[in-house]
This record gives sequence, C-alpha cells and structure tokens, in this order.
Amino acid sequence: MAAADAVSWYEASARQRVAAFLDADSFEEFVGPTERAMSPHLPLFELPRAFDDGIVVGRGRLDGRPVLVAAQEGRFMGGAFGEVHGAKLVGLLRAALDVKPSAVLILFDTGGVRLQEANAGETAIAEAMRAIAEVRAAGIPVIGLIGGRAGAYGGGGLIAGTCARLAVSEGGRISVSGPEVIETNRGAEEFDSRDRALVWRTMGGKHRRLTGGADAYVADTVAAFREAALDLIGRAPAFDRATLEAEQARLEARIARFGDCRDGAEIWARLGVNDPDAVPALTDAAFLETAAGVPEASHDAR
Amino acid sequence: MPGKMTLDQILASLFPAGHSVGVTEGLIIGEGPFGGGRLVVVGIDGDTPLGVEGALVLSRAVLDAIKAGESAGALAPILVAVDSDSQRMSRRDELLGLYECLAHLAKTLLLADRLGHPTVGLIYGHSAAGAFIATALATRVLAALPGAHPSVMDLPSVARVTKLPLDRLEAMAASTPVFAPGLDNMVATGAVHAVLDPTQPLDAQLSALIADLPAGDIRDRLGRERGGRPVAQAIAERVVRQARGG
Repeated sequence: MAAADAVSWYEASARQRVAAFLDADSFEEFVGPTERAMSPHLPLFELPRAFDDGIVVGRGRLDGRPVLVAAQEGRFMGGAFGEVHGAKLVGLLRAALDVKPSAVLILFDTGGVRLQEANAGETAIAEAMRAIAEVRAAGIPVIGLIGGRAGAYGGGGLIAGTCARLAVSEGGRISVSGPEVIETNRGAEEFDSRDRALVWRTMGGKHRRLTGGADAYVADTVAAFREAALDLIGRAPAFDRATLEAEQARLEARIARFGDCRDGAEIWARLGVNDPDAVPALTDAAFLETAAGVPEASHDAR
Repeated sequence: MPGKMTLDQILASLFPAGHSVGVTEGLIIGEGPFGGGRLVVVGIDGDTPLGVEGALVLSRAVLDAIKAGESAGALAPILVAVDSDSQRMSRRDELLGLYECLAHLAKTLLLADRLGHPTVGLIYGHSAAGAFIATALATRVLAALPGAHPSVMDLPSVARVTKLPLDRLEAMAASTPVFAPGLDNMVATGAVHAVLDPTQPLDAQLSALIADLPAGDIRDRLGRERGGRPVAQAIAERVVRQARGG
C-alpha cells in the first residue's frame, strides 16, 4: 500500500481512502461485498449493480482510537443515496449509539439522492440526519471529510451540514443544488455549469473554508485528511441549544454581511483577504496562511 | 380525490378557539391553544421555495419555542406544516451556504425533539428535495392530508436524467413506489407515518398522533411493512449487529 501522504484523496477509491486513512490493517467492514447487499431496484432500470451499493462502512482505529467510518464511492452512480446505500450509513450511525466509538467519520463523495430510488434515498437522508443528531447528543463527534470527485451535493450537503465538524480539500465541493441543476432550472445566465472556476468560487473548498462553511482545509492527500480528522475529533461542538443559537447568529450575520455579493471573490474581499482574485491560484500552504487570518472562518457554531 | 385543504382550513380545524398563526412571504409562524397548552406552528405555504433567509426565519422560530419551553417548563408540540417548492435553486443561495442553513433548520427541529417537544410534520400540498428534508422530514412523525404530493423530482426530469422514455417511466411508477412522486409512494417508503382524515377535526387527530409517538425512528420498519422499502431495515439492522459483535 502506498504511504498515506502519497495517495490523492480525489483520485482514490472509497476502499483506498479507508485503508490508507485508518491505522494499518485496522479496518473491519460491515455488510461487505461478499454479502452481496445490492440494490433491489436498479435491475428495473437495466443498470449494473455494485456488491457494496457504492458505500463502505465499518470500524477501525485512528491513531489507536476506535472509530466507525463510512466512505461513499463516487464512481458508482455518483455516490448517490439508494435504499441499501442509505441504510448502511443509517445502520452505522445507529450502531455508534451502542458501541460508543471515539468518533464517526463520514467520507462524503455523493451527488445526492439516486433518482432511480429517489423516495428511499430521500427518506434515508432524513434518517441519517436524525441519527447524527442522536450520536452528537451522546457526545460522539461526527466528522465529515469532503474531497471526492462527486463532492457533497443535494441531501449529501444537508447531511454534511448536520455533522459537528467538516474538513474539505480544494477539490471538495459542498452544495445543495448542483451547477447543472441550477442551470437546468434557471438558465446559463444564472449559473454556467461549464465555468469550473465559477463552481469553485461558489461552492469549492477554499470558499467554504474562508466563510466558515468548513472547519479545516487540507491538501489533497489521505495523510492531510487523517491529520485534520484527528484534530477535529478533539474539538467537536456539543449538540445543544447554545451551539444552535450560535449557529443561528453566525448564519444570520453571514447573510446580513454578504447577502448582496454576487461572487465568492467579493465575499473574500469583505473578509479582509488582501488579494481575493489570487485565492483560487494560491498553493495549499499559502491558502492556509490566508485562512488563518480570517476570524470568521473558525468557530464552534455548527 | 377530494380537493386539498387550504392552510386557513387546517388552522381553523386545529384551533377552534382561534390562533396567532400568520404567513409572511410564504413562511408560516405562530401558535394557538391546544390540549390545555399551546401548539407552535412553523412551515411553508403556497408552493414557496426555501432559501437561506427563509430557513433562518423558521429555525429562529423553532429556537424561540425551545427557549420558551426552558423558561415555562412546558414543552409545546411543534407542527411543521408544508406546502412548498424544493429548495430555492440559485447561485446566491449556494454561495451563502444553503446546505448550512437547511441543515441548521433540521437540527433545530431534531434538537427540539430530543429535548421533549413532540414534533410532527404535516404535508398538505407539495414539497420536494432539500426543502422537504429540512422541514417536514426532520420531525418525529410526518402526517399528510389527501391531495398532498411530495416528490424528489418530477417524472419528466427523472426521464431526462435516466434517459428513459416518459411513458415507460409512468408504467414503472405504477408498480414500483421507490422512485415515483406522490403521496402513496412516500407512505409506502415509511416517510409519511399517517394520512389524516380531512372530514374530521384535525386537533383530535393531531392529539392522537402526539399521544402515540414512536420512541425511535421507525420509518424503515414502516417501509418494509408497506413494501416501499423492502430491504432498508434489514440492512441497517445487519450493520448494527455486526458492529456489536467482535
């Protein structure tokens, strides 16, 4: 296995991420591919199935500590939530209440609901969000890691927003409506989905980190995500009224301050970033320095 | 199919003695006397899309209900009444972090539930996608009125994405509840707990729902029993079993 610092998170498969992310040889999968838990619905659409339905769940160790982990496979059906896929995540979160791990880690890589199983996927997302609330309320941090090719879109974005902490890389995108969905519904004048630079400025990792939409920004390596996860587990906010009052104030302030901005770069300028137009091209190290100078980026209000 | 109940009709049936529930820019907020205490109502009316501002107006109202419960010692039930569009689809909403605002609204409802406020969703018209997940689906149980039509995506859009002809999708939808829009299908998946009777008083029906709230999340069990989600409960239970063992 390649050293974790050499493995690109963006390029890796879900299984490669999990193997390199956790302590060596510590991963034990639940309902793994040998159990053939496949979608009962995709054959109706004459679509191929996967033995894991596009998500890997199990337990392992992170720096010696017991954790539960779920990793979505963005290369199968865009990592989308179908019935089995969603049930595996929901089961893992419910299990956390029993086995009380040091943390639950969700490695997002999803376009949202799988349309061929839309009702099951949507309901599973609601179940996962309720389960996350319960796990967090039990004092167990739920940490989301976002840097896969499919991003965290649709219901995946809502689940991410329910987590206690989020780490994101430059290639990670977090959003509810994807660029193509906005363009289809509102036209290319509203959102030209082929304008990749616009996509990054609107929903990419750097924008999310600067505005406090994610709690850590990491290089695109498994080692960097691992280091960030270890840090975030140690400082997860409680799930209580004080946290949600703080989040309410934080989000209201954001809209009051940036509600008239048309572009990410305008927001970064108001946040005090010296050369906002240069942000997309900044190296990871230079960007981390920039983010460290933005007080709004770091908070306990999630 | 009976005509769908309007919000005014619903509120009149819930609150025979009157109420202070109002609608501003499609957002429903207010309360009224209910079962010896009061019932807080939040929601979305008139097929309104839910954007960043609307989500925070509703979450503010839920947090206020939680705060009032702390000082009064009485935990008012919260009804989330929904006749909405999907999430507002715009570049600005995503730029401002719609995922955080919608998740925040859901979290306030989930926290209220955890703290002991009975939370009940009521879909009486349309709802879809992120707006549905952040509101009515973030309650302990979701009820519906006949004529409601929840969806994830309409069939013509599904046809576009799946590249299947619309007439074939319509034929598949008749036999397969897992992907087709509509109330019956969301009942079958277990997302909708119960369908209320519009010809009977809603206050008594809501009281009965609240008196009989399930202890946990039973949506996957209902989905199996009703045939709309045949395997989800078994898969989730298998994961829990394997996590406990070893």
